[in-house]
Amino acid sequence: MASDTDIKQLEASALKDLDAASDGAALEEWRVTYLGRKGRLTGLLRSLASLSIEERRTVGRSANDLKKRLQEAYDWRIEHATKARVEQVIAGERRDVTLPGPPLPRGRLHPITQTMRDIVASLSGMGFQVAEGPEIEWDRYNFEALRIPQDHPARDMWDTLWIDYEKDGRHPMLMRTHTSPNQIRVMEQREPPIRIIVPGKCYRFEATDATHEWMLTQVEGLAVDEGISLTDLKGTLAEFARQMFGRDRKVGFRCDYFPFVEPGMECRIDCFICRGDGCRTCHHSGWIEILGAGMVHPEILANAGYDPERYTGFAFGMGVERIAMLRYGVDDIRHFYSNDLRFLRQF
Amino acid sequence: MRVPLRWLSEYVDLVLEPEELARRLTTAGVEVGEIITAGDWQNIVVGEVVKVDKHPNADRLTLPTVDIGGGEKRQVVCGAPNIAVGQKIAYAAVGARLLDGHSGDAIVLRTAKIRGVESQGMVCSEKELGLGEAHEGILVLSPEAPVGAPLSEVLGDTVFDFDLTPNRPDLFSIIGIAREVAALTGQKVRDPSIQYEEKGAAVKGRAKVTVADPDLCPRYVGALIEGLKVGPSPDWMQERLSAAGLRPINNIVDITNYVMLEMGQPLHAFDYDRLADHHIIVRRAEAGEKMELIDGSKHTFTNEMLLIADAERSVAVAGVMGGFDSEVTEDTKAVLLEAANFSGPNIRRTSNALKVRTDASTRFEKGLSQHLPPVAAARAIKLMVDHAGGEAAKGVIDQHPGKAKEGRVTVTMERIVRVLGIELSTKRIREILTALGFGARWMPPDRFVVRVPYWRTDVSIADDVIEEIARIEGYDQLPTSQLRGQIPELVPQPRRDLRERVRDALADAGMQEIITYSLTDLESLRKVLPKEELAVAPPLRVSNPLSRQWEYARTTLRHALLETLASNLRGDQSLISLFEMARVYLPREDDLPNEVEMAFGIVSGREPDRWGRPTGEPAGFFAAKSRLDHVFAALRMTADYREATVSAYLPGRTAEVIVGGDRVGLIGEVHPQVVESFDIGREVGMFEVDLDALLPHVGEIVHFQPVSPYPAVEEDMAIVVAEDVAAGRALELIRASKLVANVSVFDVYSGEPIAAGKKSLAFAISYQAEGKTLSDADVAKERKRIVERLKRELNAELRA
Repeated sequence: MASDTDIKQLEASALKDLDAASDGAALEEWRVTYLGRKGRLTGLLRSLASLSIEERRTVGRSANDLKKRLQEAYDWRIEHATKARVEQVIAGERRDVTLPGPPLPRGRLHPITQTMRDIVASLSGMGFQVAEGPEIEWDRYNFEALRIPQDHPARDMWDTLWIDYEKDGRHPMLMRTHTSPNQIRVMEQREPPIRIIVPGKCYRFEATDATHEWMLTQVEGLAVDEGISLTDLKGTLAEFARQMFGRDRKVGFRCDYFPFVEPGMECRIDCFICRGDGCRTCHHSGWIEILGAGMVHPEILANAGYDPERYTGFAFGMGVERIAMLRYGVDDIRHFYSNDLRFLRQF
Repeated sequence: MRVPLRWLSEYVDLVLEPEELARRLTTAGVEVGEIITAGDWQNIVVGEVVKVDKHPNADRLTLPTVDIGGGEKRQVVCGAPNIAVGQKIAYAAVGARLLDGHSGDAIVLRTAKIRGVESQGMVCSEKELGLGEAHEGILVLSPEAPVGAPLSEVLGDTVFDFDLTPNRPDLFSIIGIAREVAALTGQKVRDPSIQYEEKGAAVKGRAKVTVADPDLCPRYVGALIEGLKVGPSPDWMQERLSAAGLRPINNIVDITNYVMLEMGQPLHAFDYDRLADHHIIVRRAEAGEKMELIDGSKHTFTNEMLLIADAERSVAVAGVMGGFDSEVTEDTKAVLLEAANFSGPNIRRTSNALKVRTDASTRFEKGLSQHLPPVAAARAIKLMVDHAGGEAAKGVIDQHPGKAKEGRVTVTMERIVRVLGIELSTKRIREILTALGFGARWMPPDRFVVRVPYWRTDVSIADDVIEEIARIEGYDQLPTSQLRGQIPELVPQPRRDLRERVRDALADAGMQEIITYSLTDLESLRKVLPKEELAVAPPLRVSNPLSRQWEYARTTLRHALLETLASNLRGDQSLISLFEMARVYLPREDDLPNEVEMAFGIVSGREPDRWGRPTGEPAGFFAAKSRLDHVFAALRMTADYREATVSAYLPGRTAEVIVGGDRVGLIGEVHPQVVESFDIGREVGMFEVDLDALLPHVGEIVHFQPVSPYPAVEEDMAIVVAEDVAAGRALELIRASKLVANVSVFDVYSGEPIAAGKKSLAFAISYQAEGKTLSDADVAKERKRIVERLKRELNAELRA
């Protein structure tokens, strides 16, 4: 049976316990014990049922007043507790916000990998799939099947590192000089439509200087289908160039020669340093060459077993180092494979 | 190929400024690599030497007085031995910009006293004017040069230096370039004159040509010119040759060179009187045959090489260089002029084998037209008649055993649209082709029959003709479009996908990616691979390495990571962690090597503290392992590690990496001896993973597991085992319990109070059941089972 005495006792014990509650968990426990749905105050109110209406009214009022007081005391404690913590920090536990956090290890991808991924992502978006091939190749794939037979003067365009392996008086094995041999390998295995890119390392018998490396990375592209024309090649390369070098790039094309394409071309972008006025980067031409391309020579399609009257295609190839140099403003290609961390960590 | 524009303008009117002309040519595929302006001279005029006095203080110097026009004269100090009264020379006034005659540096001419006499300007050599290398004497100008005229008006010229492509041998000539210019600018080509009078007796019976090997020599034109007076060639010819980069020699040699530059056909003049029987025989060399060439070099030939011989001996290497014995000398009175066509590949092979590359061989190897020799011969005969006092014999010898058909190509409008993607008017097509010298006959309803001009040996199919149309029209004039049509079916690339995931995971683990060269030297491989392995499977060797340093196709990347680490040490203890993804090349019998995808990582230095300073533990085995395990975690795989002994790694701190029962890699501390051999003075952790071996174990898509609603019970357990018991073994045994959801080691301890030879291992175990909340009794029961298993298998005691 509830009485004013009960209420007083409850208040005394509640306030004592509240005082003793030292942390958030204890405060929460106190709240459940006294103010919760199954708490002691609710229990007390529930026991009013056995009283007369008048008594119920008086004790009920006192109980409700107590609930209010306890709630206030609790709220004050909560507020005070946070406040005290805040004051404690302000008073003596400030952080010097200019100090660094503890270091987390940071790894980065090589700039050539980063550039390669951007190139692949751009072309993947146009439906080109990656197809990789061997870096040590047969002469047959690297040259002969690309219309560059033995003793052809175009071989001078790709100075070659030959593997010390002789067969029938010739050296048929070499370090591939470009990624083009994989065009042939893919065409041997698949039927049109074909839309592939071949990323990978290539090698040249070439003295190194600021713009030449003997090991280089290329991306080759090949599309073969009915109805592919030079205007598609132009459109694909223009879109690629703008994705890589900015939407406002102008893209130009000039005639060039590669034995495996006809017509052949070179793709250029307007120099983004001088915007076409002529500067050192563009050798005062206003243009920067970024890749070679052309329509796949009908003989190559025929050799792959495709009907060159029905199918046409285009191919293109670019040096990833060159693209990376242009994008990052790197002035010497030899930085890439010297692996100086002071260089690599910039990217 | 250097083309002086003054010379070029003799065959075609140049209606564009040089820069614009160069741009148009380049765009059309005839690339101007450099525009050289010779003669942008200031304060340099034509002078006449009117007097030459002796220098009072120096025997080698003279004091010429030069008339510089307008009645003015200047006395200068001159060191040239060839100065003489009456010469027209280039006079530079004080303030003129010149090149230093010795160093070649740009200088501004100042007043100077030379051995006590003041020089009022100077008389210039070729080198000082930037015209060539000659500096022994002054440049003597043509007698017609007007005194006082700016030198730039007399000598100035713009030279295009072309970067030509090997498919266009016709462009290795001034006339070839003129044809391109004409087609691009709507002008007409003026062919050089080939008319001459045949005043001599018939060549027939006085000279003979036999082509013994017609497969290598489809045509040989021989012409006889007699009554020659060998001497200097005319000034204009010398000037042109110099401007094009050739040194004038004498009128006969100069004429053959001049016609080669002009028309693209290499010629050779034999001294007629030194040819035995006046008989030219074109034949393969006998194996071991020897000859001394014009440049004094001596060569031995194989029977794949084509020689020109007379009745007794060889006199020239066909298409490459003439022999010393039959060359034109000052005493030559008559020449037998050779204008021939040789097989391109054969000339190239010979020239490569002999390591002799000449202006002739670089032209022949590209495949010249068989119709060119008689034209070029006629041109040279005319010049010899006009400028060397020659008398042409009646007729020429023309052996033409391998006649090529005139090229005809059918080009349909349908093909043009198919390749270029647009339609062009028949009018425009005909216009372009005609301008380039093609014949274009329209065959209604839909095609052209195109006659290919003789000099265009590169055009043989319809697409070749289409390129001609496109390049003259300009690729930039064609519209652009996007690829339509079906996107091909996806061909999975699991190997590449795995490589890229591992690459990302390693970078995520804080490692820096490097890319090193695929070729190395044996020395580096020997440092990191066992001798037996190198002996059993020697790496592939490059037969023409750029340097000894890059000679072998690598079969490991160990040396590359160690070298890169060594080169990046900066004398502090900073943590360096590097990785590389690359292929190694494992040789196979009579086949391409097996190119295996590898991932290598290396870590060395001390872990950073809260401030990033390298004060922590030296990174070794475990630093490498945490990084490698990070990769396996990213791949949602677990690897097992089994202690192993492997060369280059430190025994006792090396393990094989096992995934799904297969050995996929190695991890460990690098052997101190290896570390030392790379001059790295600290511990190094390294790992290597064969991605091709790992590939079959890469899981497919992750299958979702419901999260258990029942709480886990967390407990620690410490056991004491013998020192040599691997923690991994205990982990396996604990993990084998069905109720153990997770277990990890959190402490390893030996020393007091643990008995000697023993260690304590502490584990954090998390128990959880699938279908209920575990009671304390359940856990106790399971714990007991585990302890019993550990005792049975590892002789482990529960630590009190």
